[in-house]
Amino acid sequence: MVLNQEYRCDGTEEVAHLAQHNIIVTTLEKMWNWGRARSFWPLSYGCNCCPIEMMAAGGARFDIARYGYEVFRASPRQADLLLIAGPISLKMAPVVKRVYEQMPAPKWVLAMGNCATSGGPFRDGYSILPGADSLFKVDVFVPGCPPRPEALFHGLLELKKKVEQGQY
Amino acid sequence: MEHWFLNIAHWLTSWLVSLGLAPVWAEVILLVGQWTCIVGIITLNVLVLIWLERKVAGFMQQRLGPNRLGPYGFFQTIADTLKLLTKEDIIPSQTDKLIFKIAPMFFIIVSVMLYAVLPMGQDMAVVNLNVGLFYFISVGSLSTICLLMAGWGSNNKWSLLGAMRSVAQMISYEIPLAFSLLGVVMISGSLNLSDIVQAQHNLWFILLQPVAFITFFIAATAELNRGPFDMPEAEQELTAGAFTEYSGMRWALFFLAEYTNLVAVSALAATLFLGGWQGPFLPSWLWIILKTYLIMMVFMWLKWTFPRIRMDHLMSLSWKVLIPISLVNIVLTGAGIEIFRWMGW
Repeated sequence: MVLNQEYRCDGTEEVAHLAQHNIIVTTLEKMWNWGRARSFWPLSYGCNCCPIEMMAAGGARFDIARYGYEVFRASPRQADLLLIAGPISLKMAPVVKRVYEQMPAPKWVLAMGNCATSGGPFRDGYSILPGADSLFKVDVFVPGCPPRPEALFHGLLELKKKVEQGQY
Repeated sequence: MEHWFLNIAHWLTSWLVSLGLAPVWAEVILLVGQWTCIVGIITLNVLVLIWLERKVAGFMQQRLGPNRLGPYGFFQTIADTLKLLTKEDIIPSQTDKLIFKIAPMFFIIVSVMLYAVLPMGQDMAVVNLNVGLFYFISVGSLSTICLLMAGWGSNNKWSLLGAMRSVAQMISYEIPLAFSLLGVVMISGSLNLSDIVQAQHNLWFILLQPVAFITFFIAATAELNRGPFDMPEAEQELTAGAFTEYSGMRWALFFLAEYTNLVAVSALAATLFLGGWQGPFLPSWLWIILKTYLIMMVFMWLKWTFPRIRMDHLMSLSWKVLIPISLVNIVLTGAGIEIFRWMGW
């Protein structure tokens, strides 16, 4: 195991030595995650009030494009992030589930607003699911009724941290 | 500066011949090198163009556009590319698998083929074809078939509807596109793109053929599926048109090909109407790049200014407005040429 000892890259000295010679040391997974975390293309789902805030986030005052997340795709095949911004009724649940399954991996879900996180005011109703997490794994919850665009950005940046660390 | 690339090519050929290679094989290797350069330039150019498009969109809508990654958000496209490279490659079970897989490849091959005849500087066309303009138009119309392949192969109603729409649109706009270029051909008397550039030595054709330029520009926007004519991608009605079922890198290939087409058509417009590589002080290859980028900026300006046009309005614009205008333009150009000849110019 002489080779292994020679080329093992665990000491900081060795990394510092490499860095002096302008060599960037990274793993492939880190590089992919760097890219993934900076380019969520959202697929939006919503009812009425949260989507208005979502549109405001895309508009001039807040501008979601600064982070590079403005490419809203209509087809789930090209989306990375399912933005659930509204209550999921029992009738709609299989459709949302299907849309989620149509998205190519790796994919993430962000629940925006109280209805998507917990069912909100409709929680005990007969026709509304108590939160999007009863359908699939949700990565980030953004509470609020509706949450402001800044809150949505905060949620997206939290998701970015999560993806960068590979915790998904 | 002017002869940098030509000198490299000459040096490479003579070096290969001095190695004892037959001149024919040296030419073949040079051709492969030229194509590699073209593909490389296209890919790098698209990286810049997507960033530029998003920045221009931001500027038009009083936003900032991407600005978190690198200077002015320049590395945003790189992050997007890394992500698209690692997305799952979904091929739905009920698709026509062969057609579904080869449609994006076909699309990109067709759009790269357009670059064969474009003069990217003095004596810098890969093939100096005597029917260059005809070649460009006929190869350019092949991309219609690729869209139809994508729509048919996907076995999805949105895909098929979107593909049918874009085929109808592109076939209708092919006619005014070709007609508006006839005026230029009549004046210069040649289909060779290098000869057309030479004919604009004294006067750019945009001044002789302003109507043809406008008709060409509108028809080209529709041909590129861009701007107010992006019917195949009408998200509200058709999800993503012919590309609905494509994910990850296959979809990215379509995107790449669309931008490749955009650059090619802009370069053609610069060649035919803005004097091509001719210009003072700067080297010829720099002039054609500057003019191409100018025209591309106008394309982006149009795209982010106008709302999407309705399908029936789109068709009637082509058949009732653009085709008559371009036909009248041909007649007037012919009459003008005869009058000038009669006056002895």
